[in-house]
Amino acid sequence: MERIYMDYGASTPVDKEVIEEMVPYFDRFYGNPSSIHSFGREAFDAVEESRKKVADIICANEDEMVFTSGGTESDNLAIKGVAFRNKKKRGSKGTHIITSAIEHPGVLTTCKYMEKIGFNVKYLPVDKHGLIDIKELEAAISKDTFLITIMFANNEIGTIEPMEKIGKIAKEHDVIFHTDAVQAVGKVPVDVNKLNIDLLALSSHKIYGPKGAGALYVKNGVKLQTIAHGGGHEKGLRSSTYNTPGVVGLGKACELGKTRLKEDMVHLKNLRDMLIKDILKIEESYLNGHPEKRLVNNAHFRFTAIEGESLNLMLDDKGIAAATGSACSSKKLQASHVLLAIGLKPEEAHGSLRLTLGRMNTKEDVEYVAEVLPEIVQNLRNMSPLWNR
Amino acid sequence: MDEPYTEIVKDHFFNPRNVGEIRDADGVGTVGNPTCGDVMTIYIKVKDEIIIDIKFKTFGCAAAIATSSILTELAKGKMLDEALEITRDDVANELGGLPAIKLHCSNLAADALREAIKDYRKKNKR
Repeated sequence: MERIYMDYGASTPVDKEVIEEMVPYFDRFYGNPSSIHSFGREAFDAVEESRKKVADIICANEDEMVFTSGGTESDNLAIKGVAFRNKKKRGSKGTHIITSAIEHPGVLTTCKYMEKIGFNVKYLPVDKHGLIDIKELEAAISKDTFLITIMFANNEIGTIEPMEKIGKIAKEHDVIFHTDAVQAVGKVPVDVNKLNIDLLALSSHKIYGPKGAGALYVKNGVKLQTIAHGGGHEKGLRSSTYNTPGVVGLGKACELGKTRLKEDMVHLKNLRDMLIKDILKIEESYLNGHPEKRLVNNAHFRFTAIEGESLNLMLDDKGIAAATGSACSSKKLQASHVLLAIGLKPEEAHGSLRLTLGRMNTKEDVEYVAEVLPEIVQNLRNMSPLWNR
Repeated sequence: MDEPYTEIVKDHFFNPRNVGEIRDADGVGTVGNPTCGDVMTIYIKVKDEIIIDIKFKTFGCAAAIATSSILTELAKGKMLDEALEITRDDVANELGGLPAIKLHCSNLAADALREAIKDYRKKNKR
């Protein structure tokens, strides 16, 4: 059976060019980049070359990039790093953090932890499309606020938050601004200077790079406390021997992402719009997220009277890989906090389906999904006591 | 999902037995609620204390659908008193087990059957 992957929001295949670039760093240039000998130096050069490429995709300087293991670690380093560093030196600033109700667990769970250890966190609500209210953000800032952490684009429903406005407000109030841009990089042009972003988390495996690699952008002048003590790598911010192949892969993925951005965006947007148009023909189907301010590759639906795990398994049976925010498929058996935050009832959140497109998807893939999905929805509705049509 | 579903669960999910409604059912039982994610309705037709026909409708995950399906097979042809003895564990065992996380939330079919029998007996007080 032919298989169709529409879960690029979960992870992406590693680009062949990225793999080729990485391979020599497993067995030819295997030295520790921190070593003084020639083996170490050649690995070191590769790490630094990658640093430039990663910085370039978000218009940053190479000395502002810290390599990590991925998005979640970058978020942890950003939030805890700012909070702990500034504990003593915060001066007039207090213990207040502002975030949104729809953050990825990398930020949300970290914020919950910060509350446990004595910080105060404001979780900004979002509207039915998943957008925060800029006025509410500004009103939430107090003399104690030292950090705003709001995601660039939501991983579930694809809504793109007003980065430029948030950055402007953060700057005006002298508050550090961190954003989890894991889903945005490679799908939206990102310029950290233009957007006044101080800290930005990005991940390799969402942009056709290897898993286990990521980076945190730290604007020059922003001070962090490390959360991984050790040998003092990355200017003491992130101790751990360099994952040279991972770093090289991330670098190449960023380079390709930057070169292909325009082409990717057109391709993905075309497919996404086609998919949305076709799927919404199904009776009582709805699009979650913002109609325009959404990631070019994200289509998120809900269907009345059916449950997402069943829907996903039936799609899987037809070779289609998708995702859901249904409670039944989560480890905690709770409906997605994002879907509840945009005002869906738990039973509405159950019937959700996320399709995230990628470089390799074709028009034929979309046509196949549009052909198969209505039948599956009908099949499940025929079984459902909540569907009485 | 950490533990995969068994082949029997998948079989009953992809090819559910006895799906539907019985228009002139002798007993109907519904359990669960949409907020938690699972709702099941069991319809029974009874003759001489024997379940001669049984159908189900379920909103929920694969485990919820598979447990409903296999329960209808377990109950069909049974005396009402025998059918009342079918437990959640019987249903799970018959399916070759369920992922731990699904054992409680989605394994409601036996409860729905008991409700249907209760409904039948209420309507047919002797």
